[in-house]
Amino acid sequence: MKEELHAQDKSIVIPGEALATGMSFLPGPGTYREQETILAQRLGMVSVEGKVIKLVALSGKYLPKMKDKIIGRVIDVLLTGWRLDINSPYSAVMTLKDATSEFIPRGANLTQYYNLGDYVVCQIVNVTSQKLIDVSMKGPGLRKLRGGRVIEVSPFKVPRIIGKDGSMVTMIKQATGCDIVVGQNGWIWLDGEPEKEVIAVNAIKKIEVEAHLGGLTNRMSEWLEQQTGVKVQPAGGPQ
Amino acid sequence: MTYHKRFDGRGFDELRPMSAKVGIVPRADGSAMFKIGKTVAYAAVYGPRDLHPKFMQNPQTGILRINYNMMPFSGHGERVRPGGSRRSKEICMVMQNALLPALNLKEFPNAVVDVFVELPQTDAGTRCAGIMAASMALADAGLEMKDLVCAVAAGRVEDKIVLDLNYFEDSHEDGADVPVAVLPNSGKVTLLQMDGEMTREQIKEAITKAKEACEELYELQKKALKERFARE
Repeated sequence: MKEELHAQDKSIVIPGEALATGMSFLPGPGTYREQETILAQRLGMVSVEGKVIKLVALSGKYLPKMKDKIIGRVIDVLLTGWRLDINSPYSAVMTLKDATSEFIPRGANLTQYYNLGDYVVCQIVNVTSQKLIDVSMKGPGLRKLRGGRVIEVSPFKVPRIIGKDGSMVTMIKQATGCDIVVGQNGWIWLDGEPEKEVIAVNAIKKIEVEAHLGGLTNRMSEWLEQQTGVKVQPAGGPQ
Repeated sequence: MTYHKRFDGRGFDELRPMSAKVGIVPRADGSAMFKIGKTVAYAAVYGPRDLHPKFMQNPQTGILRINYNMMPFSGHGERVRPGGSRRSKEICMVMQNALLPALNLKEFPNAVVDVFVELPQTDAGTRCAGIMAASMALADAGLEMKDLVCAVAAGRVEDKIVLDLNYFEDSHEDGADVPVAVLPNSGKVTLLQMDGEMTREQIKEAITKAKEACEELYELQKKALKERFARE
């Protein structure tokens, strides 16, 4: 049997397209093997790592993953917690125990803590096979969001918006002076001076559009300097 | 037998001029347009999302729900009454059965994937055009699929086997029409209907020709899907 790679690295493939033939190749996420051929399971970009062929998804809904930091909106108050919309096919539940370290007396009005429509930064602690999702507010940086605004981006562009070790979002924070929280589910919360907030939103939209192009960090630092007049270091670490 | 030349002058095995575009509805999770001759189909995919009414939920897998709709001004001048009909209900069902073998919704228990197929202009072959558009839209929505789905109608007008019938051929008094949907990589048939009468040999020939035509359709789908992400 001839061993052959059909799809180039970084090329776009469609579902059912043959990526490689031969038993020495291994099907990674987003691909499957049928007899000797490895085929694409969804629309995506090929990533060849040695003999492992992976597919990077380009579109679709956010799929909840354990330990993801996300932004949720309270949509219902339950007997023992809150139900959150997390921009995914399934809603999440935050129980009293995971919601706050405060003591909540029996029979308390839970809307005092989180009311309908409130936004929170939380972390996914459990996802079951039936997609029941538990989130928690216990952890560094997890809190209720007051004021500001929430915008939506594609969850597949979030890694670019955060940048390597948070470099991109740190740069926008420095340039605009805004508070920004990026949720893995594609919701982003911003708070700052109104004019600066608009610049930050535009910067995020620009990153979303140009996510697939190289040299983005340098281009963004120039763009931000031109917009705000603040000189920012392109290579920033986590703050 | 007098049918020597087709009403619109093309060859017996020739498809009407086609075009396809993916990503036309920004608000939708996936969308596509497919045009073949004067038949135009738009498909928009929403979901996977929460399914209501709750009794329809399936804890084993997500479900696919299709909504096929001909717009009132489509067709041949007779106003199409808006809303579902006995015909549209059947077409929704056969389209769902045609698309489901390619899809894997096991990852989405209790959820639904909604596909809306709208036809602003029709000239026969709407269920096939709808399947073509819906299959591209589902891929665009990033759903897990093992293959795309291609569909085209074959048929008989008098003694000739023809491909991709238009309305005049479809409604010819001595004829039949056979819509076929195929998974292009495995060659499996997911839709096969027949309206009219044909001999065993004629049916075989019609299905073979439809399957061959699906290769051309598949190339078009492939191109449209790749262009969507090259453009960005």
